[in-house]
Amino acid sequence: MSRIREKFNQLKSNRETALISYIMAGYPSEEATLSAVRGLIKGGTDIIELGFPFSDPIADGPTIQMASTESLNKGTKIDNFFSIVKKIRKESDIPLVLMTYTNILYNQTYQKFISRAKQAGIDGLILPDMAIEESKEYVKAAKKNGMDTIFLVSPNTENDRLKKIIKSTSGFLYMVAVFGTTGVQTKIHKYTIDALKNTKNVTKGKIPVGVGFGISTENDVKKYVSSGADAVIVGSANIKIMENTPTNKIQSRIATFTKKLKNKTQ
Amino acid sequence: MKIGMPKDGRFGEFGGKYIPETLAPAIEELERNYLKVRNDKNFKNELGRLLIDYAGRPTPIYFAKNLTKTIGGAKIYLKREDLLHGGAHKINNTLGQALLAKRMGKKRIIAETGAGQHGVATAMACASLGLKAEIYMGYVDTLRQKQNVFRMELLGAKVHAVKSGSKTLKDAINEAMRDWITNVDSTYYLLGSAVGPHPYPLMVRDFQSVIGKEIKKQMKKIPNAVIACVGGGSNAIGTFYPLIDTNTKIIGIEAGGKGVKTKLHSAPLTAGKKGVLHGMMTYLMQDKDGQISETHSISAGLDYPGVGPEHAYLKDKNQVQYKAVTDDEVINAFLILTRTEGIIPALESAHAIAHAIKISKKMKKTESIVVTLSGRGDKDIDIVKEYLAKNVKNKRKI
Repeated sequence: MSRIREKFNQLKSNRETALISYIMAGYPSEEATLSAVRGLIKGGTDIIELGFPFSDPIADGPTIQMASTESLNKGTKIDNFFSIVKKIRKESDIPLVLMTYTNILYNQTYQKFISRAKQAGIDGLILPDMAIEESKEYVKAAKKNGMDTIFLVSPNTENDRLKKIIKSTSGFLYMVAVFGTTGVQTKIHKYTIDALKNTKNVTKGKIPVGVGFGISTENDVKKYVSSGADAVIVGSANIKIMENTPTNKIQSRIATFTKKLKNKTQ
Repeated sequence: MKIGMPKDGRFGEFGGKYIPETLAPAIEELERNYLKVRNDKNFKNELGRLLIDYAGRPTPIYFAKNLTKTIGGAKIYLKREDLLHGGAHKINNTLGQALLAKRMGKKRIIAETGAGQHGVATAMACASLGLKAEIYMGYVDTLRQKQNVFRMELLGAKVHAVKSGSKTLKDAINEAMRDWITNVDSTYYLLGSAVGPHPYPLMVRDFQSVIGKEIKKQMKKIPNAVIACVGGGSNAIGTFYPLIDTNTKIIGIEAGGKGVKTKLHSAPLTAGKKGVLHGMMTYLMQDKDGQISETHSISAGLDYPGVGPEHAYLKDKNQVQYKAVTDDEVINAFLILTRTEGIIPALESAHAIAHAIKISKKMKKTESIVVTLSGRGDKDIDIVKEYLAKNVKNKRKI
């Protein structure tokens, strides 16, 4: 069983919801990334989602776009990314998910990239521009390497399509909370809660459902937990903290923030 | 072999729809509605009428006798898309898509633009059909094409200057896609080139194919060669598609910038590698990690790291030859055409002219070349002026 599913099973038996925390590799530096990872682990996050920057992140809002650009400007390459992953693996067994865009994998071939990622210690992949229709070769390569493929669904995904997506999904299903890109939102929409309930009905507990995009506060987390989410995903909020924090304080600030959120999932 | 209807949205292996899930229902809705109007008589009549009365079709085929004489080779004919309303071929596509959007009940139209020609053509189509237009344009492009920004604003469109990434066409597309993801229900994305997820490459090719169909009708015999410039590739695919199964030699010209051996160009078919961007698998300019490269071209309209998937297919099948010409060659062609014929071409179109000049010399006088003059060059005169001031050698030619 994958590290991700094992984590979900363990949380389920404790009646806990998973907290998944996103940060961008290489933003604002490799050292800061590692400090943030330590902070996330210390704060009690369950799964870490590491972004690898892409030059054209169409699913991301201004905060993660900025982090992508900065990371690329600092010279973050795939080799640096895998070296960061290996360093994390020396310290922790926490499930690690890589979020990036299709071209990064396509460029090296799915098989080659995924096999390398798996060896470095990545457990699952999220590609926001990978549509189910185009995913055959990608899913095949992932299966071969024991890599989870975490697909996204949206509040406007119809049930027939949802079922098709679930078939190719492993690890967990990522439900996008809003019509829009990543980034802090001011309110939780009724359509999101309805979509979450519908998705849970369709998945019937076969695969955990995580909700992400726009989640940044303890209240947000509480609301999604009470609406039945198996995981809540927090991203841009972490980047915002890192943007305004000197490297030597990142670990403690991220830990404090994460702990507050994690408390709401228990 | 040409592909009428791409299977699973693909031209051979190229194309597809690599899109965020939120857009999937919108793309499905678009595909369904487009396939419905594609063979609908009423739609075709309505669009046909607009193309004649509003846009000014058919455009002439002009025998450029002075240019031909100056070069001294094959006869050069120009397909005068520059004479269309708005000054470029873009209106063929915007009228088609705006009409479709209207039928779909969408009132808010968004579009990206490079040089501003597609933005202007969108703003015009929207004004005439009573739709609201918002245009995304790279910040760098808003500076080098100020006149078009104001034209769009005069036409009632809202222009957003995009300051992310390289601040050019690709970033304008990124931002338009983000807008579409956010406003997916109310908004129609009116893409301007034969790029993006299926069904856009098909739809844009269909709407632009009027160019090639007219060439076929207007030329007494099929020309020995046809040439068009390729950025995303909409005027080129519209020119080429109806001529693919004929004996004519088809040549697409990419922006070679400062040379395809340097990094400063926009020629993915000549010097790129397969990849995925803006919803499609195609040839892209990218580094060894798969990051999209910043491109360069003297013409904002060709300054794009990707190319329409059908061009990628036609290249791999050897049905179309793709070549690149440099900025210097483009300026030279711009000056020659302007002086010999009194026609100021868009810098984009001057790429095709530059190649025609090159090959016509080697052809017989009885042979003929058709060049699609995709747009007029009024928008580019400041760029040319600046270029000439920096490059004294060219200046002497005036």
